[in-house]
Amino acid sequence: MGKERKGVEVSIAIAEAVAQANVDVIAAYPITPQTHIVEHLADIVANGELDAEFVPVDSEHSAMSVCCGSAAVGARTFTSTSSQGLALMSEIFFIAAAMRLPIVMALANRSLSSPLSIWNDHSDVMMVRDAGWIHVFVENGQESYDNMFCAFRMAEDPNVMLPVAVNLDGFILTHMIEPMEYEDDELIKQYLPDFKMKNVLHPDKPVSMGCFGMPEIYTETQMNREVGVRDSYPHILKAWQEWGKLTGRYYKPIETYRADDAECCIVTMGSYGETAMEVVDALREEGEKVGVVKIRLWRPFPFEEFDKAVLGKKTLIVIDRAISFGGPGGPVASELRSALYKKEGAPTIVNYIAGLAGRDVSRKDFRNIIIEGMKKAASGDTDGFTLYALRG
Amino acid sequence: MAKPMEQITWQELEIGAVVTEVGNARQYETGTWRSERPVVKKEQCIKCGVCWLFCPDACIVRAAEGHFEADLTYCKGCGICVKECPVGCITMVSEEE
Amino acid sequence: MQEIRFHGRGGQGAVTSAELIAIAAINKGKCAQAFPSFGPERRGAPVVAFCRIDDKKINIRAKVYNPDIVIVLDPGLVELLDPSEGMKDGGILITNTQKSPEGMGKMSNPSIRVATVNANKIAMEELGRVIVNTTMIGAFIKATGLITIDDIKEPLLERFGPKLGARNMKALERAYNEVVIKG
Repeated sequence: MGKERKGVEVSIAIAEAVAQANVDVIAAYPITPQTHIVEHLADIVANGELDAEFVPVDSEHSAMSVCCGSAAVGARTFTSTSSQGLALMSEIFFIAAAMRLPIVMALANRSLSSPLSIWNDHSDVMMVRDAGWIHVFVENGQESYDNMFCAFRMAEDPNVMLPVAVNLDGFILTHMIEPMEYEDDELIKQYLPDFKMKNVLHPDKPVSMGCFGMPEIYTETQMNREVGVRDSYPHILKAWQEWGKLTGRYYKPIETYRADDAECCIVTMGSYGETAMEVVDALREEGEKVGVVKIRLWRPFPFEEFDKAVLGKKTLIVIDRAISFGGPGGPVASELRSALYKKEGAPTIVNYIAGLAGRDVSRKDFRNIIIEGMKKAASGDTDGFTLYALRG
Repeated sequence: MAKPMEQITWQELEIGAVVTEVGNARQYETGTWRSERPVVKKEQCIKCGVCWLFCPDACIVRAAEGHFEADLTYCKGCGICVKECPVGCITMVSEEE
Repeated sequence: MQEIRFHGRGGQGAVTSAELIAIAAINKGKCAQAFPSFGPERRGAPVVAFCRIDDKKINIRAKVYNPDIVIVLDPGLVELLDPSEGMKDGGILITNTQKSPEGMGKMSNPSIRVATVNANKIAMEELGRVIVNTTMIGAFIKATGLITIDDIKEPLLERFGPKLGARNMKALERAYNEVVIKG
């Protein structure tokens, strides 16, 4: 495939990126809104365009199990799921990270039941916050396409060896047709070396993976994991740097828009960041000094970069897309409050939870959130969270 | 084991807690778990191999003379071989004796 | 930026209309978005699809609330809902109907222009089925000029193949010629 710009559905572009990345094994189970990704991959494997194994499993639990087996023998492995599918595979999802298997997943963020919802929010990814995966959030089709390659590069880096989830908003991105620039196969070959893993399951050199762990050793395994996740950080940045050098599109763990001289910033994760930019432009025209702070890397959390972006600002209006019942607020706001605890120059945080289960958040809504949020900050009404557009 | 588990530091672990020492389960001598051991009357043993087949820990071994007996380094004394032996030539004997 | 809203029934291809128009715009170097009003679609249910076209990058990830252009694929829908809802002043409503623009009656917003075409008839004659999504694109092109007939040819033929594509192009071109635009 040569370099070309085309209008295509983001799900299809993701599937084609995975194909261009020369994936070896795809094991996935369809679930709205990820279906177009796996259906297209199944198509191109079946018609011979893509030389890979597509394993049609009976459930997401099996999908992740097959992925673990596949990665354990050194095959480049991909899967995709959402919401209930992620919940069903959660047992193995945690295990994949603990076993340091470099699986790449396109996680089409969708709301968790109940009530049953096929629409977008971040409750699914928040459910697996502590699993030890690397989490990247993308905002548009181009970022979705690009980050599939970056994800393989990061995951398989011998200094990383962790599974990577590329989070994209279900429907909002998966079912959107927009322009994307495809890179040519030569560039991808240059960027993605062949997958080589230090310890693989092979009869010539037997090893044991996923063993039983006594209390006497378990704590040490967890520290080993924690350090592994933290130490992956510079290599994640490097994967993005190298992509930027080749394509001109650079990705950073925290990205800001008109935030430098902003007193108040809206903080987003995922596609909401784009609408936020549009609204910030309009508010700037009216003289409001506002900006956007976008979290692209959720785990490992980029504490330093985040501090750099926000310390010294007056207010952060954090938009969460999930709720932690009985807890201190939305997950992102809670973590940011904790990250800023006792830091000099820490801004006040106002937490809005918006767009649960795909309820549309329009430009007008963003504007309301920012204006209302600034008022709340000014009046000291910053505890807990506000469920935006709640009836009742 | 290269090092007793209680002494391994987190830095010494392979990533993913992969165990690279092949077959080191052998170093875990479970023979100390049993309170009774199986004793075979070798003249009565018909060398059918049923006890060997049924042992859940694969620690019944074939002796040079052809009959079967428990590998006492690992035998946990579960008594399944006694239950399954078609000629009843195995008995459980207390470790005290 | 131009925002377009499509009203149709599930199975009529409203989403395909939006997609083809978006791809045509992208192919000529513009930025465009096309997406359905997401939901578990089923045949016959009223569905809405959206399209945005702009010369610069589009940064909006929400539905279209104030369309400049509305395209109505099913004549019966105007009884169920007001397709002109939220339309910007001076916008254009393009609808599949036997009626003339005058026959459509007063718009809730008098500044809204109306275009009508009997797409059912055209589609029946050219395609043998009352599937009007490509036909309506012809009316859209004539009424708005946002893309040209040449622009739509490639994505349409790629989607439908040469034989079916040629018949769809014929229906599209007829609608282009037969649409009546008032205002």
